[in-house]
Amino acid sequence: MAAPGRALPQPTPETQHFWDGCKENEIRLQRCDGCGKVYFPPRPFCPSCGSRHVSVFKASGRAILWSYVIHHRPVAGFTPPYAIAVVQLAEGVKMMTNIVDCPQTPEALQLDMELEVVFEKQNDDITLPLFRPVGG
Amino acid sequence: MRRNAVAVVGAAETTKLGVIPELSQIQLHADAALNAMADCGLRPKDIDGIACANETPVQLAHYLGITPTWVDGTAVGGCSFMIHVRHAAAAIEAGLAKTILITHGESGKSRVGNPPRSVHAQSLNGQFEQPFGPMGPPSMFTIPVLRYMKTYGVTEEQIAQVSVVQREWAAMHPRATFRTPITTDDVLNSRMIAWPFRLLMCCLVTDGGGALILTSADRAKDFPTKPVYILGTGESVETPMVSQMEDFTSSRAFRVAGPTAFQQAGINKNDIDHLMIYDAFAHLPIYGLEDLGIVPRGEAAAFIAARNTAPGGSLPLNTNGGGLSYMHSGMYGMYALQESVRQMRGTSPAQIPGAEISVCHGVGGMFAASGTIIFSNQQS
Repeated sequence: MAAPGRALPQPTPETQHFWDGCKENEIRLQRCDGCGKVYFPPRPFCPSCGSRHVSVFKASGRAILWSYVIHHRPVAGFTPPYAIAVVQLAEGVKMMTNIVDCPQTPEALQLDMELEVVFEKQNDDITLPLFRPVGG
Repeated sequence: MRRNAVAVVGAAETTKLGVIPELSQIQLHADAALNAMADCGLRPKDIDGIACANETPVQLAHYLGITPTWVDGTAVGGCSFMIHVRHAAAAIEAGLAKTILITHGESGKSRVGNPPRSVHAQSLNGQFEQPFGPMGPPSMFTIPVLRYMKTYGVTEEQIAQVSVVQREWAAMHPRATFRTPITTDDVLNSRMIAWPFRLLMCCLVTDGGGALILTSADRAKDFPTKPVYILGTGESVETPMVSQMEDFTSSRAFRVAGPTAFQQAGINKNDIDHLMIYDAFAHLPIYGLEDLGIVPRGEAAAFIAARNTAPGGSLPLNTNGGGLSYMHSGMYGMYALQESVRQMRGTSPAQIPGAEISVCHGVGGMFAASGTIIFSNQQS
């Protein structure tokens, strides 16, 4: 799955903490100090109430499979067919990812299945959060 | 905005639709614009407002020889043209311009004068979606659908029916790209693109364009064409990232734009004679029917499979064959608007007899944006 050639993110000042967290094998989310909203993707204010008072915290790394497609066309860094998935983290936010350590089939990829994060280093700057079945 | 204060008086597509390597993208705009001007007897000097999306209004105003007092470059994907119509109607009512041209041209297939799309690695999409292997709309716009299917027990066969029914409408249109009837098995056996989506559940990729000319309802009476009035309009946006949709079974942008237009128009679902719902992929008419409040949640796929939207059905939908069969240059909304105008003029090859109200609902990006226009050929 992680063959060279996959498109990689370039962090910005507002997202650097998230990518630094991935390098240390943590998913770092943000929570509003005022209204308690947990949100993603990163930004230095709460998209629910507009407060600039927000805190970074370590997420559990647990998620469920929310939805996906199994892509059959060639993309640099991937071997088709492969799933492009959206997971819902235990903290409530959704993120796009890939599901690893699991056959890339409709039978194996059941919505709502329990997942846990696994970190895959791409280079010295970027580590990506991927997910695998719990106990798989 | 007041109902029916503004009307479409000029409407045309490019001279050709399909594969047009002999024209660059800006010339596709111009070809459509000149056809629309010819449709209603105007010349560039008569136009004082211009809107377009994939080129800038600066480029088009200069290229066409227009000196505008009003411009709109709203570019939120394929429903930009619905939103241009809404903004143009407001501008005409406010006296900012008298005669507004909305153009679209897109070299989606031949890609002449159409720069390649790219996702910047520092954008939110570039950081949080692109690393996971999507390649454009067929692998992104389709991601929410499994959640919809599980929530409501909808089958792949039912989604395939959307493509089958729309091909029946396309068969009536001489300019449609694909006109040969297809079966559910044809759809399910076509090449897998991004499971559960097969090739025939995905839109075409073609070249073409279209243009509309709007003016006040009072002036519209002086034009040679039958006025098509703007009865109601709506617009909204949600998120540039499909992964961040609030609800994977419904579009928030649809739920804002649609009801806003219905409320302004003062109509309800029973008043709709003709309906266009932008169909870049086969699930979009399903989401649209539900988010517009026309069909209860979870029932739209069965509603289509039961032939309610097919020729002879109670609610004619996507009567040009849609993006799945008619044409789709990348930003399809202009072609949906053209079919609504044809239906209101009484000139569609798949004409619905006696149709007086047409609802034209667009999507932009991948559930990123929405625009809804309700047309009528009756001024009161």
